[in-house]
Amino acid sequence: MNTVKEQWFSNVRGDILAGIVVALALIPEAIAFSIIAGVDPMVGLYASFCIAVITAFIGGRPAMISAATGAMALLIVPLVREYGVNYLLAATVLTGFIQILFGVFKVAKLMKFIPRAVMIGFVNALAILIFMAQVPHFFGISTITYLFVGITLLIVYIVPRFFKAIPAPLIAIVVLTAVAIWGKVTVGTVGDLGTITQTLPSFLIPHVPFNLETLMIILPYSISLAIVGLVESLLTASIVDDMTGTGSNKNKEARGQGIANVITGFFGGMAGCAMIGQSIINVNSGGRTRLSTLIAGIFLMFLILVLGGLVIQIPMPVLAGIMIMVSVGTFDWSSFSYLRKAPRSDAIVMLLTVIVVVATHNLALGVMAGILLSAILFVAKISKIHIATQQTNDAVLYRIEGQLFFASVERFVDAFDYTMSDSDIILDFTEAHVWDDSGVGAVDKVVIRLRALGNRVVVKGLNAASEKIINRVGLYHDEHAKLKAH
Amino acid sequence: MYSRILLAADGSDNAVRAAKEAAIIASSMPDAIVEILFVVDPSKVKEEVLHSQNHNEIEFKRKQKLIPIQEQFEHKSVPYQITIKTGDPGPTIVDYAKQHHLELIVMGSRGLNALQEFVLGSVSHKVVKRAHCPVIVVK
Repeated sequence: MNTVKEQWFSNVRGDILAGIVVALALIPEAIAFSIIAGVDPMVGLYASFCIAVITAFIGGRPAMISAATGAMALLIVPLVREYGVNYLLAATVLTGFIQILFGVFKVAKLMKFIPRAVMIGFVNALAILIFMAQVPHFFGISTITYLFVGITLLIVYIVPRFFKAIPAPLIAIVVLTAVAIWGKVTVGTVGDLGTITQTLPSFLIPHVPFNLETLMIILPYSISLAIVGLVESLLTASIVDDMTGTGSNKNKEARGQGIANVITGFFGGMAGCAMIGQSIINVNSGGRTRLSTLIAGIFLMFLILVLGGLVIQIPMPVLAGIMIMVSVGTFDWSSFSYLRKAPRSDAIVMLLTVIVVVATHNLALGVMAGILLSAILFVAKISKIHIATQQTNDAVLYRIEGQLFFASVERFVDAFDYTMSDSDIILDFTEAHVWDDSGVGAVDKVVIRLRALGNRVVVKGLNAASEKIINRVGLYHDEHAKLKAH
Repeated sequence: MYSRILLAADGSDNAVRAAKEAAIIASSMPDAIVEILFVVDPSKVKEEVLHSQNHNEIEFKRKQKLIPIQEQFEHKSVPYQITIKTGDPGPTIVDYAKQHHLELIVMGSRGLNALQEFVLGSVSHKVVKRAHCPVIVVK
């Protein structure tokens, strides 16, 4: 996938059809995510248009769909509630700049340090939050609302079995909006929550004071958005890589997402990232190149210009039903068997990630908490050092097995018998590795203490790296070294 | 006589049962070669990517699923080759069989009940309906 022709025009028919299908499927999501964020539907629709079109040209993963997403919408709820949409636009621009830096400094490489338990927790938490955001739109409103949600769910799950050409969510919207309008059904609509303007997005500078105070307000949001956007985009890129059997440039993707967000913020759109569900729809519908993403963005805008007036009449319970489907599709249902089969520590990390996100409504905090806990658990796991004692005819042999570093020195030091005196003692490090100053300090401490009791101590079997660090900072080579030195 | 047999595999126990039958059929025919087509369902890719640390691990896990299937053929000394493809299982199997002029398709049945079949759709049903050659569905 190197030449322009390959990346754009090697699959024209499939790409155009897939792009149209994706545009149709994007509309309800872009509107619903705007409502989650607490902004006008246009903010999500403009974002989806801008981000899709821009990433089509400069993203790192052809055929991936990026637009306004639930993960990003959920992050910005408090910002919009407290400061309004202009601060959101400013935060979007700043998010973009942070992501461009991520790309420049090749942060994508760090993705391999995010344990899969955290990623599973991430998608599950996202699914739970999307579901929770729908509850106010259908719970305890009216019987007709429940009925609309129910019919929507039946349509989105059953129709695709027989008819796949048009995305089922759109069929549900068209049918039920028609029913609501002509049946004069009293039910909440998109229009109750915002307005639709049938114009192309235009350039505007976010209306915020340009000072340090503004920066301090938006910075924490922008950092969270940049991280979450990158995590979801790179996860999606891996999925598209695998589905299409092709590779992609992850750093270019990070930079592309960043540029897309900067421009989107200036055109009145909210921050977005790659969408797992839509990208899968695109590839399944035959989309393979950048053209599919571009068509999706352009056709979306075309539909809004033509149908904008009808969009505000969409009943909210229909949108809620579609979002329930999105949340069911986002959730990783194999997590339940994962919880039973995976190592206990991984299961705990996954659950912690979910709990932190659901408690704070912040996916970035969940990811960071998950990474932190798994790092601590990893350290705890490898800090188990094993020391076997063997009494031979003329010496005591200690066989040390494991990693000697700051977390394992205590166990190491405590493992020796400090009542011996006037013996020959051998410390065998063949199966061990000394990693840091604490490790060297521990070896020193043991050797010097044993010598102080009148023993003759020999250290052997150190591997080259361990020997190097011991020679650099160790003291025990000096026969007269005293413990005070530590 | 069938000389080119397609075994459709999805990594499940049903596929291993089908492999066992395919090995019996192939071993009773001289010069028969079995093509194992491992179909990766796109709707499962998200799950696979999520549960693997990197791309190598995904491929490793897929190849691992093929080991019990390969054993069936090695046991009977039947020559075989493996192809891994991503796509909607039904059409992918049918198209592959047609393109490569295979003469018999052997596949497992998931044993779904009426409701599951209504919601999930039966792969074996689709293949039986559309295949250009005889199909054996192993229960």
